[in-house]
Amino acid sequence: MAIRVFLIVLLFLSFTNLTYSLYEDQVGLMDWHQKYIGKVKHAVFHTQKTGRKRVLVSTEENVVASLDLRHGEIFWRHVLGTNDVIDGLDIALGKYVITLSSDGSILRAWNLPDGQMVWESSLPGSKASKSILYIPKNLKADKDDLILVYGKGSLNAVSGVDGEVLWKKDFSGESIEVSHIIQSSDVIYVTGFVDSSKISVYGLNAKNGELLENNHAALPFGTFGELLSVSGDMFVVLDEMRSKIVIVHLRNGEISYNQKHISDLTKDLAGQAVILPSRLPGMFALNINSYVLLIKVTNQGELVLVDKVNNGAAVSDSLSISEDEHAFAFVHYGDNKIHLSVKNVNDWNHDLLKESIVIDHQKGKIDKIFVNNYVRTDRSHGFRALMVMEDHSLLLVQQGEIVWSREDGLASVVDVTTSELPVQKEGVSVAKVEQNLFEWLKGHMLKLKGTLMIASPDDLAAIQALRLRSSEKSKMTRDHNGFRKLLIVLTRAGKVFALHTGDGRVVWSILLPSLHKSEACENPVGLHIYQWQVPHHHALDENPSVLVVGQCGPSLSTPAVLSFIDAYTGMELKSLSPAHTAAQVIPLPHTDSTEQRLHLIIDDKQHAYLYPRTPEAIDILKHEFSNVYWYSVDADNGVIRGHALKSNCIQEAVDEYCFDFRDLWSVVFPSESEKIIATMTRKSNEVVHTQAKVMTDYDVMYKYISKNLLFVANAAPKAAGEIGTVIPEEAWLVIYILDTVTGRILHRMTHHGCQGPVHAVFSENWVVYHYFNLRAHRYEMSVVEIYDQSRADNKDVWRFVLGKHNLTSPVSSYSRPEVIAKSQSYFFTHSVKAIEVTSTAKGITSKQLLIGTIGDQVLALDKRFLDPRRTVNPSQAEKEDGIIPLTDSLPIIPQSYITHALKVEGLRGIVTVPAKLESTSLVFAYGVDLFFTQIAPSRTYDSLTEDFSYALLLLTIVALVAAIFVTWVLSERKDLQDKWR
Amino acid sequence: MDKGKGVMGSNARRWAVDFSDNSTSPSSRDVPDPPGFSRASIDQDDSTLSRQKKDAESNWKSQKAWEVAQAPFKNLLMMGFMMWMAGSTVHLFSIGITFSALWQPISALQSVGKSKIQILELNPLHRDAKSCGKKLLQRRCGEYCYCNVAPAIVVVNCNLKPWLLVIFEPYKDSRVELLGPKLLFIALNLGGLALGVWKLNALGLLPTHTSDWVSSLPPAQEVEYSGGGLNLR
Repeated sequence: MAIRVFLIVLLFLSFTNLTYSLYEDQVGLMDWHQKYIGKVKHAVFHTQKTGRKRVLVSTEENVVASLDLRHGEIFWRHVLGTNDVIDGLDIALGKYVITLSSDGSILRAWNLPDGQMVWESSLPGSKASKSILYIPKNLKADKDDLILVYGKGSLNAVSGVDGEVLWKKDFSGESIEVSHIIQSSDVIYVTGFVDSSKISVYGLNAKNGELLENNHAALPFGTFGELLSVSGDMFVVLDEMRSKIVIVHLRNGEISYNQKHISDLTKDLAGQAVILPSRLPGMFALNINSYVLLIKVTNQGELVLVDKVNNGAAVSDSLSISEDEHAFAFVHYGDNKIHLSVKNVNDWNHDLLKESIVIDHQKGKIDKIFVNNYVRTDRSHGFRALMVMEDHSLLLVQQGEIVWSREDGLASVVDVTTSELPVQKEGVSVAKVEQNLFEWLKGHMLKLKGTLMIASPDDLAAIQALRLRSSEKSKMTRDHNGFRKLLIVLTRAGKVFALHTGDGRVVWSILLPSLHKSEACENPVGLHIYQWQVPHHHALDENPSVLVVGQCGPSLSTPAVLSFIDAYTGMELKSLSPAHTAAQVIPLPHTDSTEQRLHLIIDDKQHAYLYPRTPEAIDILKHEFSNVYWYSVDADNGVIRGHALKSNCIQEAVDEYCFDFRDLWSVVFPSESEKIIATMTRKSNEVVHTQAKVMTDYDVMYKYISKNLLFVANAAPKAAGEIGTVIPEEAWLVIYILDTVTGRILHRMTHHGCQGPVHAVFSENWVVYHYFNLRAHRYEMSVVEIYDQSRADNKDVWRFVLGKHNLTSPVSSYSRPEVIAKSQSYFFTHSVKAIEVTSTAKGITSKQLLIGTIGDQVLALDKRFLDPRRTVNPSQAEKEDGIIPLTDSLPIIPQSYITHALKVEGLRGIVTVPAKLESTSLVFAYGVDLFFTQIAPSRTYDSLTEDFSYALLLLTIVALVAAIFVTWVLSERKDLQDKWR
Repeated sequence: MDKGKGVMGSNARRWAVDFSDNSTSPSSRDVPDPPGFSRASIDQDDSTLSRQKKDAESNWKSQKAWEVAQAPFKNLLMMGFMMWMAGSTVHLFSIGITFSALWQPISALQSVGKSKIQILELNPLHRDAKSCGKKLLQRRCGEYCYCNVAPAIVVVNCNLKPWLLVIFEPYKDSRVELLGPKLLFIALNLGGLALGVWKLNALGLLPTHTSDWVSSLPPAQEVEYSGGGLNLR
């Protein structure tokens, strides 16, 4: 009976191990969470009423948010889906925030103070078109305030109160590309181009959408860009040569136009002109080269050049400050400062505001500016400007100062790597230590009080505060456990940030100069970030550095940009703009004498370029020449090819760092039945502790551990789209596990009636993937484990005792070991955004899968749940070995959400980094928000918990030593007495 | 933990009075005679023990020796029961029992060898060294002992060497055959040891399986290296 009880207790203990959870007061100790919104697209101020002043923004990350104008904090925020791009934002009825999204097909109203959704209406249409949100002032139809929405080829009048569509006019039959909606009393004019050379105007009755008139005017030339409304009935547009400005006049539905050469306005400028999309009454701004021309349009349709600004940056929309006064802001650069001017549209010579601001040059140029006014106590107008910077950060400027700034570039993290912190220097001053010692003792005395439950509420608060802002975790030096690191993130804006893992603060940031727009590089984008130099032993005096790989545009044929950044200081060490492109970057497993990692950059013409460009690197590569392979996945054609290094490039210019490849093998998937939808490999820095897996009967299975494995998931071409578009009979999922050196297919499996999207994670000898089962209408997760059968006959103990085995000698993929694969599938409730696996320093600790769920949370799921050895009724021995009885679905334990109560909005990726402490893995999840925490999949078996009371331990030891001493003296005395009795 | 009767019995006989030392010259001993002690007054009539009494003693000794030799058997049964109770999973209880099962036979075999005390001189007033009792045992080598009755002086000699099967020392007699009991004692203790080892193996703590040797082996290095994948986007 005792055994039974014991076993039950043991089983219970082992089950408690499954969950990773934390107590309420542990939140924020090891984790941090940062909320962002992304690059602001639209901003609407709401400052009229008394109370909290706020600005409503919509961003490129599809966030609609209300920000506190005073501090820049988020009042409320909604992250719409990735496909729900926000096209328009405005305030209606003074209490609703209206957003138009999904190409003008979804209109939503949010309550202004708290962000609750009031109504949503879907405006279906057939034709893709530009979408326009227009909220006319004082336009009512049957007492309803109208909201006019053009999207999907039709104009909808929506009631502002309940979102009901009052009338609808379909333009999808006409070939008009609507660009403007104008309201004049009760008539709504819809203007647009037909074939870019014919202007068309429709007049509609605002009450019921009845078509009143329809006018056309054909221009004798084509146009470039979009119509810009200058005043109620005047528009400007450029002609197709971009040399003439066309002024279109619309009077009661009649169209007239005149044109003017840009060279007539200004003599000395030539180049491609662009009309800036700022809406200014009676004016518009034109950008030629780096000049901004401000041009006034008179009522007669004449153009007058008002100002010409060099280094002009941005022009805001106009702002009505009184009855017929309109102000707008524009900024230009000069002497390392930003000059902000607010001017009255009608009175050009008079500045309403002129300020110079110094902004950190790492924020780059100003991308957009939104201006808002307030009335000072002396009845004059004051202005505040909201600036969107080149690095996507957001600034509020008021009275020549930056009131607040938000690093919203961090909402669009592209890639992440980590770096160690500097080693702590010797020679800390004594005073500091003593003070620290005192603090330390005080802290521990407080903790002791807490443990003994004699702490007052004040003490408890002090303990919690002490735990939360422990200076230990945010130090800028390496720690013993390896918890403190730098997370180096590359954002879409081309800015690199270093975040401290302790508290998430930005240690340094750099807007990469090499990713700036230039003549040679039109639209540079940062793609990936790699660890370039990780000094450990002999090169410790050097700082680690990272490599940022980018390219000069969205297509693969644009040249590459390489930038090397010091990981401690954030300085760009050097940057290269090679002539070749970067289709792939392969970090090799070799480093040179300064511990710079060798990288091969493959261009689109299948040449490999070796970096660093040193003779030493060539020597190292020559040494390993025949062992370096690479493979390319051609998802469009369904081909995977393997290549090997051949020789130096045969080109006109001799480049000894350039190598040619020869094709070795190719795997061609049948294009009529399979389409590559996902591939996954092991992480190159993953550490595996052992090659054997011990079964319950002490039998050994040898894992097939190879870094050169590739998991490929192919779906039926019909089923490559979204879920629900095909019937189960037409959908199947075929998975392959390939050896990328030889091209050998190790395993192939078909899931009938299943389709993507497939998310996979590959670690050690197993791969776990997630897909949708159409037959069961549920998501599924499968695990495949690969074992090496050729090693299975190593069963003689004596060979191991004497060391006569060759299990650790290097192996080649060409030895073609016989492998077997075991797999099992389970249902899983959630759809998944990302899957990762924990990684630890030595690979001993058991693994957990980190699943980014559709609810933007991260769930930790033990790998034990995904074990092909699971059976419905495991034997006693198997149970003791930790095998969980087989169930059809994977359990979701609420406590095992590592994000606890938080959400990582817009979750895109999860990164795990091993800490130095074997039990612990660092997890960084990014999306619109950032989240970081430490997790210990098998609990922290190798360290004391953070709340361990050292003071209590110390006290116990002291008491014990004292007791030993006292009893020793007493016993000695008694002994002596005994002896002399 | 119960150490068994045999061991307890040996405790009672930690010391033995050795009267065989008949040398008279004080110089032949390493310890000088205590003051007030005269060697000439030693009464020699100890040698007048009757033959019958000696026989009885040797019988008793032989019987006791067998008893001591069989004592580990009970221990063995006890151990077996405990092991069965402990189950086959590795935890504190089962490991404790197994290691005590391993340790007991070893310690029983080698016994405690340090308490071989030889009394070299005895004041005739104290016919029996036992009357000095515990005090005698507390003396260290070469020390004097003053018993409370009189200035009784005892000289003690020690042999600190570990003594294999010292447990049978009290029954040593020219007429007692000790080989049998000794062999039985050794056999039973080895049996206990074997039981312990078997249990250790049953717990999986002996490296007798391939898995015990393989699980520490790192994965084999790979000759080739391959990288690549989808093109960067």
